[in-house]
Amino acid sequence: MSVARPKIEIENLSLDFAADGGSPISVLHEIDLSVSEGEFICIVGPSGCGKSTLLNIACGFLEPTHGQVRIDGVPVERPDRRRVFIFQNTAVFPWLSVEQNIGFGLRSSTADENAATVQRYIEMIGLAGFEKAYPRELSGGMNQRVEIARALASNPDVLFMDEPLGALDYLTRLKMRADLIEIWRQERKTILFVTHDVDESVQLADRIVVMSKRPASVKAVIPVDLPRPRSLDDPEYLRIRDEIFHLMGIDHFGRNEDAPSDSRARPSAE
Amino acid sequence: MRRVRKFLLGLAGIGLFVLCWQLATWGNGRTDVPGPWLALSGLRDLAREGLLWRYIIASVFRVMWGFALAVLAGVPLGLAIGWSGWVRDLLNPLVQLLRPISPIAWLPIAVLMFGGVRWWEPSDLSAIFLIFLASIFPIITAATSAVEGIDAKYLRVATNFEIGGMAMLFQVILPAALPQILTGLRLALGIAWVVLVAAEMLGVQSGLGFQINDSRNNLRYDLVVAAMIVISIIGICLDSAMARIESSALSRRGTAKR
Ligand SMILES: Nc1ncnc2c1ncn2[C@@H]1O[C@H](COP(=O)(O)OP(=O)(O)O)[C@@H](O)[C@H]1O
Ligand SMILES: [Mg+2]
Repeated sequence: MSVARPKIEIENLSLDFAADGGSPISVLHEIDLSVSEGEFICIVGPSGCGKSTLLNIACGFLEPTHGQVRIDGVPVERPDRRRVFIFQNTAVFPWLSVEQNIGFGLRSSTADENAATVQRYIEMIGLAGFEKAYPRELSGGMNQRVEIARALASNPDVLFMDEPLGALDYLTRLKMRADLIEIWRQERKTILFVTHDVDESVQLADRIVVMSKRPASVKAVIPVDLPRPRSLDDPEYLRIRDEIFHLMGIDHFGRNEDAPSDSRARPSAE
Repeated sequence: MRRVRKFLLGLAGIGLFVLCWQLATWGNGRTDVPGPWLALSGLRDLAREGLLWRYIIASVFRVMWGFALAVLAGVPLGLAIGWSGWVRDLLNPLVQLLRPISPIAWLPIAVLMFGGVRWWEPSDLSAIFLIFLASIFPIITAATSAVEGIDAKYLRVATNFEIGGMAMLFQVILPAALPQILTGLRLALGIAWVVLVAAEMLGVQSGLGFQINDSRNNLRYDLVVAAMIVISIIGICLDSAMARIESSALSRRGTAKR
């Protein structure tokens, strides 16, 4: 796509977890992926296939067994504040208020500068008035916003998001997706976004990485060349969605395509 | 409604016990197991004498010192054992070895250790030492398991923002472990209070444990039971004070887990 060097290069990446007693469990198998600057990548795959594991390695929390991840050409060896991880079910600190949470990663020389940054992001995520509130006093969606703001406030260039909207109710999720796209437009971060929600991936991504069952490898990378916001009944949108369902081995009705069944309607993909 | 019922039921339980106590001790004098009325009049005698308040202060003073020293030593030790692999390997076997020894078993050693001390009343020091021993192990254990139980994602957030060392300790580890540490402290204070009485039964010349021993030597069993009642009440006061500290420290944040 772009001529410049890719922002993130995942090269021949494999990971085996040591199993107690038995032979090691292979979780990731020879994964290759390259992501350009400012790209929004969604990673979908069956649950338990290794999506979180992949993201954890890319962020430097885990070491791979083989291969490497390079960011700006430099191998990732440890976590770095220039790329921030956003956790499934939020990891806001329950002992800090909203503004303290958002200010947690800040390193400006003056307190005034920090406070201004915090205020800017509180407004961006629509939590003005909740500066002094504690996570326990907020809803799940609000806490997820706080975590996103905490990540953005330290101005990273990469965001790793591990099913950040997975625990939210349907309507909150829709709203958060739209807001996320808006934020991404303004801030131009490179985003690796894991989800198990195929619709979510088609709505958000520039490209969708479909992973196989464990040991996970990249099954397909599907570009989504649709203008945002994406209409849920656009034929191209539906085609891409069905293609992903098909790749994941599930038909329109949520049935398993591998399972023997006589009344099975195969989607007419390909 | 619910609370009234709870209160009345609790009262009924105590009332039932007092009734059985009264029936079982019917007609007993001061040199037998005293009944509730005798115990109450003993309590009145104790309060009149004026010694009671001095003894309460002496006992609470010893517990506070022993407990405070145990907190100062036990929390950092427990955090270190929970956090660092080599500190755990170094100290955990020792802690496990010392933990099963009842603090009371240390009494002769404590008397030897502090017997020659000039700058303070030696018997006071040995009682404080026993309290210290009684509370430090539950504190270490609570702090250790609090650190081990910290959700890894909080630590990851901290390393993600490149926070380490002392900042990590004070901004993440300590606050994350705080609820469990406070629960452990409350438990340890309860144990300390229980052990105090035994610690005061030998060597010291004041305190509620001494009162019990002294009254027994004078064959005033009504005063023995009266002192037992005082011990119970002070114990409840200490526990609710700890509970207040606990809930005010955690008031807004709720539990660490979501
Ligand atoms: N620390 C670990 N030790 C052993 N196995 C693990 C560990 N962490 C995850 N796994 C296994 O690796 C697989 C992938 O996990 P994960 O990356 O969380 O999947 P996903 O995010 O796609 O649902 C799972 O089958 C899980 O059981
Ligand atoms: Mg996961």
